[in-house]
Amino acid sequence: MLDITPSLFMLQLMTGIALGAVYALLAIGLSLIFGMLTVVNFAHGAFFMVGAFLGVYFLGVTGNFWLSLVIAPLVVGAIGLLAERFLVRPLYGRGIDYPLLLTFGLSYVLIDVVRALFGIEGLPSSTPASLRGAVDLGFGHFPLYRLFLIGATAVVVLALWLFLEKTRYGLIIRAGSRDSEIVRVLGVDITKVWWLVFGLGTAIAGLSGVLAAPTRAVNPEMGIHVLAEAFVVTVVGGMGSLPGAVVAGLLVGIVFSMTALMAPAYAEMSIFVLMALVLLVRPQGFFGKAGALG
Amino acid sequence: MSHQDSNNVTAANRRQLLQLGAAGAALGTAPFLFNIANAQTATIKIGFPVPLTGAFSAEAQDQVRAAEIAIKEFNDAGGFNGRKAELLVRDDKLNPGEAATRTLELIEKDKVDFIVGSLSAATQLSINAVTRERKIIFNSISQSDAINEAKDWSPYTFHEALNPHMTAGAVARYAFPKYGKRVVYLTADYAYGHEMVRGFERAGKALGATTLADIRHPIGAADYSSFLPRIQSLKPDVLVMCNFGRDLVNSVKQATDFGLKEKTRIIAPVLLYTSRQAGGADAFEGVVGGTSYYWGIEDSVPAAKAFNDKFRKAHGGAVPSDYGALGYAGIRSVLQGVLNAKSTDSLKVSLAMGQMKYNWYKGDQYFRKCDHQSVQSVIIVESQSKGMKDKNDVFKVVGMENPNEANLRSCTELGHKA
Repeated sequence: MLDITPSLFMLQLMTGIALGAVYALLAIGLSLIFGMLTVVNFAHGAFFMVGAFLGVYFLGVTGNFWLSLVIAPLVVGAIGLLAERFLVRPLYGRGIDYPLLLTFGLSYVLIDVVRALFGIEGLPSSTPASLRGAVDLGFGHFPLYRLFLIGATAVVVLALWLFLEKTRYGLIIRAGSRDSEIVRVLGVDITKVWWLVFGLGTAIAGLSGVLAAPTRAVNPEMGIHVLAEAFVVTVVGGMGSLPGAVVAGLLVGIVFSMTALMAPAYAEMSIFVLMALVLLVRPQGFFGKAGALG
Repeated sequence: MSHQDSNNVTAANRRQLLQLGAAGAALGTAPFLFNIANAQTATIKIGFPVPLTGAFSAEAQDQVRAAEIAIKEFNDAGGFNGRKAELLVRDDKLNPGEAATRTLELIEKDKVDFIVGSLSAATQLSINAVTRERKIIFNSISQSDAINEAKDWSPYTFHEALNPHMTAGAVARYAFPKYGKRVVYLTADYAYGHEMVRGFERAGKALGATTLADIRHPIGAADYSSFLPRIQSLKPDVLVMCNFGRDLVNSVKQATDFGLKEKTRIIAPVLLYTSRQAGGADAFEGVVGGTSYYWGIEDSVPAAKAFNDKFRKAHGGAVPSDYGALGYAGIRSVLQGVLNAKSTDSLKVSLAMGQMKYNWYKGDQYFRKCDHQSVQSVIIVESQSKGMKDKNDVFKVVGMENPNEANLRSCTELGHKA
């Protein structure tokens, strides 16, 4: 049978972490929007896909990966702002299923718009020249771009944490997610805060799309699969919890990767088994509040 | 005079016919006149179910584009005794149930004379089940081994495309002696993947190749990176990607990232023009695979040049893809069968097609007697990333296996009486 050497194990672990980094980033955006607005954003995968397309597109136009890494998420964030203002906002105060159904429909609209603009075949995307090749980590060669992916996620998570914990705006956001009524009474325009948080969440989805584009096929349907995985991560980590999103994202990546090593046929299923187990033992997820959906 | 033909006469035609019959009664018997009038009016209808939506929509749309060229060509040349051909395109949504429903509808409601089409092993079998029962010719233009086996086959079944056994065999015979005998398979877990692995292993056995691992992944998986460290540690000479379309694009891309190409040659049974365009030059650099057709053979094959030129003219300079070209060939074979049989009756056309030697676009071909598999060349291509003439110039033709029945499974093995 298969001989698992320590170096193979370490490489597999790194692969899982790199995979988990994308999951974590996606789940952060999803959690941010849910934690603050109680909107289950089913268009999150579509925003991820739009980010990937715009990333490849801007890379083609500017020839600069770093520039596309900044522009594409901003554009996706702007689309998110428009979506919140004109589509999601009128539904506040109704049940949780209203925005859920709306964003579900929005995802199909976005997919078809991308099909119309870029074609159904998708775009060829390759790793930026400066991040190609593999690095010797002592236990084997690992792709440089995937190391960058892990690093970039760490930077985004850290920046987001600093923003939420150390700035005045972060304080308002945190307060708003606890009790929006009180924040409103204190003279803060909470509607505007929700608007910006939705934009921020979608921008992060766009960013994860740009980052993931070189590692997978960029096509209009690429977000559908990813959305399911992002939901597994948020459920495992706890709906609305940012630390939960990060921990669960990495865990899901590692579980997937390790199952792929031992029993490749069950890799896809393994993350759903993990979710089922977590739901049985701790229904609110690792860091979630009980009854968050109520 | 078939039953099918008489159904195609409209009420108006019937009236004209009666008048004509009355006026020219001296010329002959009424059934004779009926026959002539019918031959000059009814179009030859060919149903074309393909997955216009779904994962293979890009390829399917190219099949339609190329099929239309074959129809136009036939009509411009005068048709069959003045009868023009007509293409009825339907979306089978890559779903076997949908494909069967559309096919039945084409036969019952639209009264088509023949069916050509399909772009998946599963849909072609469900279409074939319908056409077999209705005794209507079906010329399949996508890969499958099963369709030629006696349990699925009928005298009305034709297979214009390559099959996994031929394709995998040709690629194995090219690649294993050249790149090495220690082989790992990364396989999409469904009929196509399994049939391809079987084809490689059979050809590989004769060449002394050994299988180190056959790793199965679900169809449509997005991540392959977690399979790669294991493949890396097995240090194979050759990694065979037995998957199709987007799965191939994704897995090749991620294998490139992991630096697998440094020590291992990546090969694919079917290297699609459309996949290569979607995946990009870097990811596919150096990947070797088989194909039924590549436009670049036009330098050495005059028929390819003629077909490419027709396609370029009709579609703004674009070149036909591999599966697209099969749409053209599939229609042409059936229409030539009509001309040779001097009839649109499926049984007569089937007999005529069985006798045909043809060269529509890629060199000499013919349908094998026992199972109607088109015996044809398999082209081996290597993806290139440098020195390309234009954006269509993506492959280098590195080999060609000439048409040879010895590369097919024998008639007896398929369950046919020899």
